[in-house]
Amino acid sequence: MLKDVSFGQYYPVESFVHHLDPRVKIVFLIVYIVAIFLAKEFLALGIAAALLLLALIVSRVPLPKVIGALRGILFLVVFTATVNLLFYQGDKVYWDAPAVLFEWKIIKITQEGIIFSIFLVIRLVLLMVCSSLLTYTTTPVSLTDGVESLLAPLKWIKFPVHALALVMSIALRFIPILMDETQRIMNAQKARGSSLDTGGPAKRVKAVVPVLVPLLVSALRRADELGEAMEARCYSDGKNRTKYKKLRFTWRDLLAFLLGAGLLAGMIVMRYFPVFAL
Amino acid sequence: MRIVAEHLTHIYNEGSPFAVKALDDLSLTIEEGEFFGVIGHTGSGKSTFVQYLNGLMRLPSSKKRRKKKGDRTVLQVGEFDLTRKKTDFRALRRKVGMVFQYPESQLFAETVFEDVAFGYKNFAEKKPTAEELERVVRAAIEETGLDYESVRNASPFDLSGGQKRRAAIAGVIVTRPEILVLDEPAAGLDPLGKREVMELLHKLHGDWCKTVVVVSHDMDEIAENCTRVAVFSDGKVLYSEPPRELFKRAETLQALGLDIPLTAKLCAALEKRGVPIDCDFTIEDFVKKTLARKGGESC
Ligand SMILES: Nc1ncnc2c1ncn2[C@@H]1O[C@H](COP(=O)(O)OP(=O)(O)OP(=O)(O)O)[C@@H](O)[C@H]1O
Ligand SMILES: [Mg+2]
Repeated sequence: MLKDVSFGQYYPVESFVHHLDPRVKIVFLIVYIVAIFLAKEFLALGIAAALLLLALIVSRVPLPKVIGALRGILFLVVFTATVNLLFYQGDKVYWDAPAVLFEWKIIKITQEGIIFSIFLVIRLVLLMVCSSLLTYTTTPVSLTDGVESLLAPLKWIKFPVHALALVMSIALRFIPILMDETQRIMNAQKARGSSLDTGGPAKRVKAVVPVLVPLLVSALRRADELGEAMEARCYSDGKNRTKYKKLRFTWRDLLAFLLGAGLLAGMIVMRYFPVFAL
Repeated sequence: MRIVAEHLTHIYNEGSPFAVKALDDLSLTIEEGEFFGVIGHTGSGKSTFVQYLNGLMRLPSSKKRRKKKGDRTVLQVGEFDLTRKKTDFRALRRKVGMVFQYPESQLFAETVFEDVAFGYKNFAEKKPTAEELERVVRAAIEETGLDYESVRNASPFDLSGGQKRRAAIAGVIVTRPEILVLDEPAAGLDPLGKREVMELLHKLHGDWCKTVVVVSHDMDEIAENCTRVAVFSDGKVLYSEPPRELFKRAETLQALGLDIPLTAKLCAALEKRGVPIDCDFTIEDFVKKTLARKGGESC
């Protein structure tokens, strides 16, 4: 059950994408998200998807893993697509049929609504694949290093960048631990006959309390212990701390950076000078 | 209920770079009425195996298994065939109680009474009456050596470590399972607490639970209590025999990174000095045989 939650877990293989500077990957992700929301035609989305597919193949992360990550947002995708499909108002005509295909009470299926929903699904899927690619190919440590380094300019306005990065790395570090813990507690309660994996939906919801309470107790205890351990080692703010791994910008990063910049430029151009206007 | 496992294999994260073979074609039989010990070095698959016994770990569907040709997995607990998907796992779990490592992490209710009653209410066919609940919960709590009147309304989080452990065990035995499985029940307790937990298990065995299966690192307790012991190593069972025979293999066990009971160490040391003692490695028997030796020859 829980072991299927694969989003956010590093997948350890050697690849071009894994060796990229995390800063480049984070920037690339942001640029990519902007780009797919700029895209207004299928060709543009197709190009973006092709680029992502290329990155995926190069990264050597197996496809089932990525699909597993998609399963997590399946409900969200289906839900938003359905809502848009049923209620989107628009009167553009794309093919040889009336603009409004079906109408019943407040439900209105329009041609524009269909196109819009398809776009939305593709965008959400690309977004999810791209962000899970980031976490599959970047260890939590280098991810936080990247964030810290990217946010470094904010230090000038006294923003606690290091503290923020620390909070993030602790949170990332604790996800798998809490996941294990949840599994353990769930098993213990199942052994005592709790209806977590048997019984109807109402029963299952009620069975959550005996899992949540011990989980909360243990999370608070862990937080306490961690705080004490850090204090005992005289951990203070990030001033004058050195890093074990220095981030370095290499030719790979330049290449990825150029690809991202190219994609963004292409999307902007295509937005204002569409090839196949929709 | 008899436990039969044959050709049991378990791989965590199969098909990924994190794949770990935790059980490797393991076969083991535990008879009804045994006080069965499971020992083995860290990561040898003990916890994984015991979780199979009440269906918390499940075999992949028989379709998947059949694909790997020559699959002959057998996993039978009493009348329950755990290789089948349709097995009634609720009924199984009522008959096979499971105490996990650090069971106090499962406490959640506002009072000890509520927490202990949780399992009983879950498994009861129809809603138990207040008197019935009171009776069974009292019996379970008192059986574990806690004082019922003083803990019944206490929050489980206010108890001491040893008391929490007892309360958690009470929450499992309250249903009177036929088989009680415990994963390192004494871990993290002080020597006295350890002894008390083992004494508790001894008391439970027989009247309360027919069969007890206990994973433990404490060889003295194993030698003292168990009818038979299985030695796990890398997901396989190396030996499965009474302590009396097992601890004669002192050197093999130590090569596996396992400890041996104090009595076995003493026997080995005495044997080196030319005084072989043939005992069953309980303290009682060791002392008796040693004294008999002393009386027999002067040394
Ligand atoms: N949830 C899990 N995911 C992945 N691997 C696991 C998981 N649980 C256990 N393992 C691995 O399976 C192997 C057997 O683990 P298991 O917990 O059964 O050992 P054990 O004999 O109980 O050890 P210990 O004496 O430390 O409790 C170990 O190599 C462990 O790393
Ligand atoms: Mg274990």
